[in-house]
Amino acid sequence: MPDTLLWYTTRGAGAVTLILLSSVVVLGILSALRVQTARWPRFLTTGLHRNLALMTLVFLALHIVTAVVDPFTHLGWAAALIPFSSYYRTLWLGLGVISFELLLAIAVTSLLRGYLGHNTWRAIHWLTYAAWPVGVIHGLGTGTDTWSAWMLAITAACVAAVGVAIILRLTTGSTDPLASARATFRTAVDRREVR
Amino acid sequence: MSDQLKLVVDRIKCDGRGLCAELLPELIRLDDWGYPIVDSGNVPKHLLPLAQRAVEDCPVLAVTLRRAEVKR
Ligand code: SF4
Repeated sequence: MPDTLLWYTTRGAGAVTLILLSSVVVLGILSALRVQTARWPRFLTTGLHRNLALMTLVFLALHIVTAVVDPFTHLGWAAALIPFSSYYRTLWLGLGVISFELLLAIAVTSLLRGYLGHNTWRAIHWLTYAAWPVGVIHGLGTGTDTWSAWMLAITAACVAAVGVAIILRLTTGSTDPLASARATFRTAVDRREVR
Repeated sequence: MSDQLKLVVDRIKCDGRGLCAELLPELIRLDDWGYPIVDSGNVPKHLLPLAQRAVEDCPVLAVTLRRAEVKR
């Protein structure tokens, strides 16, 4: 029965990846919002964000490797690395590949943040807002378990959590008490540079 | 050569997020607007790991560890 074991692992790891990734996205938004309480300092949010992100990659790797290695699927490595090259559920699997590659780029650039500088890192980090929904759609489209009650509940909870976090982020203004003063300062500096 | 390190905050980059002060209250405190005031001395050995983390965790990469200049 090792084949079915691989298949179950693929599905399970996919579900775990969705949960982890969604928590990472929520934590990332919370740290951008500078959420903090007396018992929850912000470095805890940042630290959890980072560690769970690395864990997400581990489960994502497990999800991909078990899917490819499974003799039943005949996927082959190309299908796992080149979007839309798979004969099997071409579109849905391709979305998964895209999401995976975006996430990999986001993770690698985060580890190299010190060398890339803040602006480059941040620009690439914004890709999360593409990677996450593409990953969710991949799960909905290709998932064997999509319509089972537990998987529906997991997907709905993840979408709700990230949705609420995004709305919070969109509706919360800058939490920097000196934001307007700094903006004025920056425009002043910019003007001087143009001259 | 000296292997003593000092913490330096780039005041132009710094966004006043105060994360560094949460991590390293021993060396960094915040002024009334939430901007860091950094101890100008060398970073003691036992605080180096935390200082390193402050460097990595500053959201805008404004904290650096610099080798202290030695007067000869
Ligand atoms: S963590 Fe960075 S941005 Fe925040 S107060 Fe410290 S130096 Fe400034």
